[in-house]
Amino acid sequence: MGFEGIGAAVKRREDGRFLVGRGHYVDDMNRPGQLHAYIRRSDRPHARIKGIDISAAAAAPGVVAVYTGADLVADGIGGLPCGWQIHSKDGSPMAEPPHPVLAVDKVRHVGDPIAVVIAETRSQAKDAAELLAIDFADLPGVADLRAAAAPGAPLVHDEVAGNVCYDWHIGDKAAVDAAFAIAKHVVKLDLVNNRLIPNAMEPRAALGECDVAGHYTLSTTSQNPHVIRLLMGAFVLHIPEHKLRVIAPDVGGGFGSKIYHYAEEAIVTWAAGKLKRPVKWTAERSESFMSDAHGRDHVSHAEMALDAEGHFLALRVSTLANMGAYLSTFAPSVPTYLYATLLAGVYKTPAIYAEVKAIFTNTVPVDAYRGAGRPEAAFLLERLVDVIAHDTGIDRVALRRKNFIPADAFPYQTPVALQYDSGDYVTTLEAAMKAADWAGFPARRQAAVARGKLRGIGMSTYLEACGIAPSHIAGALGARAGLYEVANIRIHPTGSVTVFTGSHSHGQGHETTFAQLVVDQLGVPLDQVEIVHGDTGEIPFGMGTYGSRSLAVGGSAMVKAMDKIIAKGKRIAAHLMEASVADIEFKDGAFRVAGTDKSKALAEISLAAYIPHNYPIEELEPGLEETAFYDPKNFTYPGGCHVCEVEIDPETGVTQVVNFVAVDDVGRVINPMIVEGQVQGGVAQGIGQALLEAAAYDANGQLLSGSFMDYTMPRADNLPNITVGTESTLCTHNPLGSKGCGEVGAIGSPPAVINAVVDALKEYGVRHLDMPATPEKIWSIIQANRPKMAAE
Amino acid sequence: MYDFAYQKPGSLADAVKLLAADAEAKVLAGGQTFIPVLKQRLNKPSAVVDLAGLGLSGITVTANALTIGATTTHATVARSAEVKKAIPGLALLASWIGDNQVRHRGTIGGSLANNDPSACYPAAALALGATIKTNKRAIKADDFFQGMFTTALEPDEIITAVEFPLPVAKSAYEKFRQPASRYALVGVFVAKGPEGVRVAVTGAGQGGVFRVPEMEAALAKNWSPEAVAGIKISPEGLNGDIHGSAAYRAHLISVMARRAVAAAG
Repeated sequence: MGFEGIGAAVKRREDGRFLVGRGHYVDDMNRPGQLHAYIRRSDRPHARIKGIDISAAAAAPGVVAVYTGADLVADGIGGLPCGWQIHSKDGSPMAEPPHPVLAVDKVRHVGDPIAVVIAETRSQAKDAAELLAIDFADLPGVADLRAAAAPGAPLVHDEVAGNVCYDWHIGDKAAVDAAFAIAKHVVKLDLVNNRLIPNAMEPRAALGECDVAGHYTLSTTSQNPHVIRLLMGAFVLHIPEHKLRVIAPDVGGGFGSKIYHYAEEAIVTWAAGKLKRPVKWTAERSESFMSDAHGRDHVSHAEMALDAEGHFLALRVSTLANMGAYLSTFAPSVPTYLYATLLAGVYKTPAIYAEVKAIFTNTVPVDAYRGAGRPEAAFLLERLVDVIAHDTGIDRVALRRKNFIPADAFPYQTPVALQYDSGDYVTTLEAAMKAADWAGFPARRQAAVARGKLRGIGMSTYLEACGIAPSHIAGALGARAGLYEVANIRIHPTGSVTVFTGSHSHGQGHETTFAQLVVDQLGVPLDQVEIVHGDTGEIPFGMGTYGSRSLAVGGSAMVKAMDKIIAKGKRIAAHLMEASVADIEFKDGAFRVAGTDKSKALAEISLAAYIPHNYPIEELEPGLEETAFYDPKNFTYPGGCHVCEVEIDPETGVTQVVNFVAVDDVGRVINPMIVEGQVQGGVAQGIGQALLEAAAYDANGQLLSGSFMDYTMPRADNLPNITVGTESTLCTHNPLGSKGCGEVGAIGSPPAVINAVVDALKEYGVRHLDMPATPEKIWSIIQANRPKMAAE
Repeated sequence: MYDFAYQKPGSLADAVKLLAADAEAKVLAGGQTFIPVLKQRLNKPSAVVDLAGLGLSGITVTANALTIGATTTHATVARSAEVKKAIPGLALLASWIGDNQVRHRGTIGGSLANNDPSACYPAAALALGATIKTNKRAIKADDFFQGMFTTALEPDEIITAVEFPLPVAKSAYEKFRQPASRYALVGVFVAKGPEGVRVAVTGAGQGGVFRVPEMEAALAKNWSPEAVAGIKISPEGLNGDIHGSAAYRAHLISVMARRAVAAAG
């Protein structure tokens, strides 16, 4: 056994079963008597449902039941709840139109579920679903943000005027206006953050069961089973929580899209109760495209006021954010508290004012997707900084250095609510520039020109916020959930350890990282530690995994629980060794009497705790098991510098990323191999957003990129070797000092890529281009500016 | 997919008989397009007639022709020493179709019979002046392709082999991949052989694969990249979609043609 504690690059323990196909996913589960559900979805963006004739479907072979929205309403089933309430500038609560489980009266996006057919086999259900006769009256639809916000646009919800969900703001408008009035330069930029479709490798699936005693079990592809139990049990199906168990077993990727409570979970659970047979639904990939919550989709205008030397004086931002047709579970929080609060970035801009209007459209609901608001903020800021450099002629690196929050300024209060605890932006900048050989770029550009290629280099110095917290502040800002995490740690009689965590792993590697924490704190070998997650029947009420929170919040809860274990163990050890509790030290898995050679191993203490023959039974309960809830005092603030280098073929407009360096401050690193994997994956997604991915709708709301034939996922040959480094400052307010690494790659990389593309095209007079920077977009820019260049 | 009767005839005659007897029956070769289409329920055949047992695979070379059996996979063509020697552009084209799995199932006959407007093989067949042999007759490539997903094949007609005339002095293929599907957004095959100098374009045309007479004339006079570099293609009649406008495709035809000629040497 080598070193397995904090800092060890231990190979992921879970990968063995995944690599040989022995993972256990929802679709792998099959129950005796199981039925199959198939959901008939809308193929039109916006239409009234005048009638549904189910008779032919209901009579089809193998069909057990057909349900429509009316059946759910008749049974008192509620709509899907939204977990975050935003208030508009004028104090009014956001528009929160009903989100029916199955459409009632109207469909509002392609993919909106209309009816469910439940049959003995999956293909019988699918065959019968085609026999549903739905009488639609098409309505004009709207997919584009600006079009939906314009006067006279079709209304997605008749009762929501102007399609406006909320019109929110943050910051000191008067201070910003005053700064603009005295500014030497004002630099303006309009930009779009493109809509993305998550595409987790495992499509969503749900299996509902109900036993004779009325106990329900839902097995589902979720990142947070307790949240689903609470939302579905309390708000949708009205099942008391003690009679509802939610299991999220192995889950093949989430990226945010599996946080939310989806209609299909409620449908299979409710139908299982009705039919007293298990009911399973698994998405086809085309359903994933039109029913998993999408990400991003902002249109923004930004303005920076500067003094003569290029110091940022004030930032003014106005953003339209697409909510889609309904409010997904945490959608309202994304373009507000996860976006506008990040607009200070790594810069000491003294005044910031941001307005955000959230708009309904006839598109799939939009919610948090890897980064959730912070990529949109980082893209806006880091593009704006490069545009400022372009417009003012100040070197882009010097401009960043001039405006960085200095390393000695922490804790640093931003003008948009957040208080950063730690960071050192110059160190990550310099490390990334060195690793990317920024200084050697001119020679590489010259060599590329000789080969007929355009070459550019770009950077982003980004910041993000993880582990959204604390609960009472989030609650004041509209959260309808707690944001703590919980761990229960059970030391077994012979000294092995089971951790029951409220965090959920769907690719993050918790079974390894969390076990390393136990190795470090309790001195138990890795193979003596088991991590249990994902089953509300086993774990305490936890909040799950999203927002890069698992280690910073869930890991901290584990540390707190282990502190309690050690404290109790010391009292047992003191009794066994006839010493004072104050004299007991715990180190390397053993309790020692200070200054003596007397010691007891953890296993001896746990044995005494469970077989309390010689035990301080008058003052101490038997057993060695502790639970801790940890509610963070603040967000954590990872940040860093990403450098991207690209080559463009001017004839075709094709961009190749030729080098990428990410140097991130993620706080304390538990497993550097897992951190590197997280950053690599995040950067791959960020390069995908920057160059390839775009959810395309026509003006009316028909989805044009509804399959992998048209939605461009990044592939291995789109990606360079990605160099990952860390330069950490520690988080000052959690016991581990960790900040989180799950999203940094996807947040820092898109602006670095686009800054490099713009740099490569600078001879063509390009100041900005929106993502994705497709070959045709770049070719068109080159075409449009070629005559100008020739004339010069 | 919908239910259908699966038929695996042991002879070409039996296969033809099954097709002739049932207008709703469809032919299955490698299935790399057809099976996804069935899975998406875009096609509802009564029966699927599998050609796998008919012995239609194989590559033969004579002085005058390279003949590839209809159910020969792309992988077999790509790695064939005979194909690489006789028509290197054809082997290269096969090596770029789909991914490794697709290349080991997909067949040349299936690709030509489907005539997907973005498929690669139609460009090679047209540029090389191939003859498509069926159970009934021999069809010149110029007569075979009749528009998007449409060919000269009759309902009970099965491709048995594709014959490429030899010797081929020059051959090359350049493909600009549609970024998501990796099909040809624009693919250009250039060739100089017994059928003359030919340039065939796939991916770009609304009516499927087509020839470019101006480029052919220029190359016949002077086989060099410069000869085609200046020839502008009209966007009229070309496809436009979220991956590329007609104007962009038109531009790419010139670029791919020039690069193909350069690669052909």
